[in-house]
Amino acid sequence: MENRAWLWPSILTFLVITCLLSIVTGPLQIAPLTSFNAVLNWATHLELGAVAPHEQLVINNVRLPRTLLAMTVGATLAQCGAVMQGLFRNPLADPGIIGVSSGAALGAAICIVLFPGSGEYSVAFGAFIAGLITTLVVYRLASSSSGTSVVLLLLSGVAIAALAGAGIGLLTYLADDMALRDLTLWQMGSIAGAQWQYVTLSLLALLLISWQFYRSSKALNALLLGEAEARHLGVEVDKLKFKLIFLCAVGVGISVAATGIIGFIGLVVPHIVRMIIGPDHKRLLPISAVLGAIILALADVGARSLVAPSELPVGLVTAMLGAPFFIFMLLKQKNRLI
Amino acid sequence: MIDIKHVSVRINHKPVLTNINLHIPSGKVTALLGPNGAGKSTLLKSLSQEVQLDAGKITLNDRPLQDFDRLELAKHLAVLPQHASLTFPFAVHEVVAMGLYPLTLSSKQGMELVDEQLSRLALTSLKYRSYPTLSGGEKQRVQLARVLTQLQQAQRPPVLLLDEPTSALDLAQQHRVLSLAKELAHQHNYAVVVVLHDLNQASRYGDNLVILERGQIVSQGPARTTLTPQTIKQVWQYEPQIVNAPGCETPLLF
Ligand SMILES: Nc1ncnc2c1ncn2[C@@H]1O[C@H](COP(=O)(O)OP(=O)(O)OP(=O)(O)O)[C@@H](O)[C@H]1O
Ligand SMILES: [Mg+2]
Repeated sequence: MENRAWLWPSILTFLVITCLLSIVTGPLQIAPLTSFNAVLNWATHLELGAVAPHEQLVINNVRLPRTLLAMTVGATLAQCGAVMQGLFRNPLADPGIIGVSSGAALGAAICIVLFPGSGEYSVAFGAFIAGLITTLVVYRLASSSSGTSVVLLLLSGVAIAALAGAGIGLLTYLADDMALRDLTLWQMGSIAGAQWQYVTLSLLALLLISWQFYRSSKALNALLLGEAEARHLGVEVDKLKFKLIFLCAVGVGISVAATGIIGFIGLVVPHIVRMIIGPDHKRLLPISAVLGAIILALADVGARSLVAPSELPVGLVTAMLGAPFFIFMLLKQKNRLI
Repeated sequence: MIDIKHVSVRINHKPVLTNINLHIPSGKVTALLGPNGAGKSTLLKSLSQEVQLDAGKITLNDRPLQDFDRLELAKHLAVLPQHASLTFPFAVHEVVAMGLYPLTLSSKQGMELVDEQLSRLALTSLKYRSYPTLSGGEKQRVQLARVLTQLQQAQRPPVLLLDEPTSALDLAQQHRVLSLAKELAHQHNYAVVVVLHDLNQASRYGDNLVILERGQIVSQGPARTTLTPQTIKQVWQYEPQIVNAPGCETPLLF
């Protein structure tokens, strides 16, 4: 057996470092030690270290929620990606494949363009509901009395995404300048608007899906043998598929509602993890969660510092990093297929 | 063990199996024979509940198959797939460990069981190899190890369904796998059902030969009574040469 004892300690250390880095980064210079004290104060509700009140305020209300949201969303997207890739038995599947992101984008666009000024929560809520509905439609389209076909699921996902894209196009055409800017920014994804409510929701979703996914990890492994083979091993394949798709829709839906569309985390992270520790979901899922948290938090640090004092949408950063990696993966896959 | 009574299966309104009656006993190797498209795989699939029956019923130990809980059935009935398409780079021992899914074992016991099955199929040296890089025959043996793992907690004689298990194997491996099937039936009281194309292998390893033609059983029984020149000519439209070789119990067919 290969020695993997180093893996958890090193990846957790990495997580803590990323967390501190993210808390130190921002337009207001706060020294690392002061930031650290501020986090301690926040966690213990005590005045353990000396921190200026305005600095404590920035840490409490801006940097901590932002860091935690990046991490929970990153962990959620990465695990949902891993599960979708397992479910579709295709390493190039991403969590948006079941239509949840495109549906959420349409929901958000409707709220932004048709109901301007209805508040940002309504955008998040509209996105979440529309993402869930779209997933259920895609799922219905792909199901028949004899089960749910993965190929049909994929094709209906593509078709519904195209339809949602057309809807967004139409809304873009109708939008005024203000709504247009909001819409464009939303679609690029950003963690800048992080608030504690979103952190709580996204953390709850993360705990739920992590727990359920981990419980399904053996069944997911079996599913990679093929659906018939998994059934012969005693897996309730159709129940499992519904459960996993529904949980992904919830996880991705809440993430998209909180941050807009952030691409490539769900696609790339499980891939990197598979290259390091292999495809066994029992290890793949937890490690993907931690790595997803690290990568999205780092991307957000990049988004804040690359063009400081201004900011890039984090979706742009993940795409700039993720797309070249994806092409690299495709090329590798191609060589193996030929 | 398994009783198939008046079973008919249609796929897209086309009758694929018509009024099949068959008893599959434990402790014996039942060989399914017949030309391409005769319905052999479909008969196996109706035993593993992959196709729905149009009429008739199948019982395992006098209990209808569909009454079984999936996990409970999985402990007693396992299927070796004709082609296993696993493209994710699992290690060989991880593939075999998938057979632990229906079992209740501690992870240490599970690992021991996996090692046992690996050595039973002479796969120990491949334990850490990546499955997709194996040859077709090696993959087949790994799948067989996985399927045998699945049956290790059976409380009653287990059923093993093999669809053309020898199609990817070299001569020695073919005989090794079929001897193992025979050993499982005769010494461990398994009910083995195996689809074969080679009539000589069938007569050498099969206890009960079942010949299917266009969805119907034309003949069944031991090789001596079923593999007659007339039946072969009728079913396969081929006139075999029959050689009575010294040292062989059954005549050889070419
Ligand atoms: N899903 C399907 N749709 C339509 N026809 C089918 C389907 N599955 C099987 N059949 C038909 O049922 C018949 C029996 O098929 P089956 O696979 O059982 O044959 P087989 O005896 O296993 O043949 P082979 O020796 O080639 O494996 C064939 O005529 C086949 O075309
Ligand atoms: Mg067949």
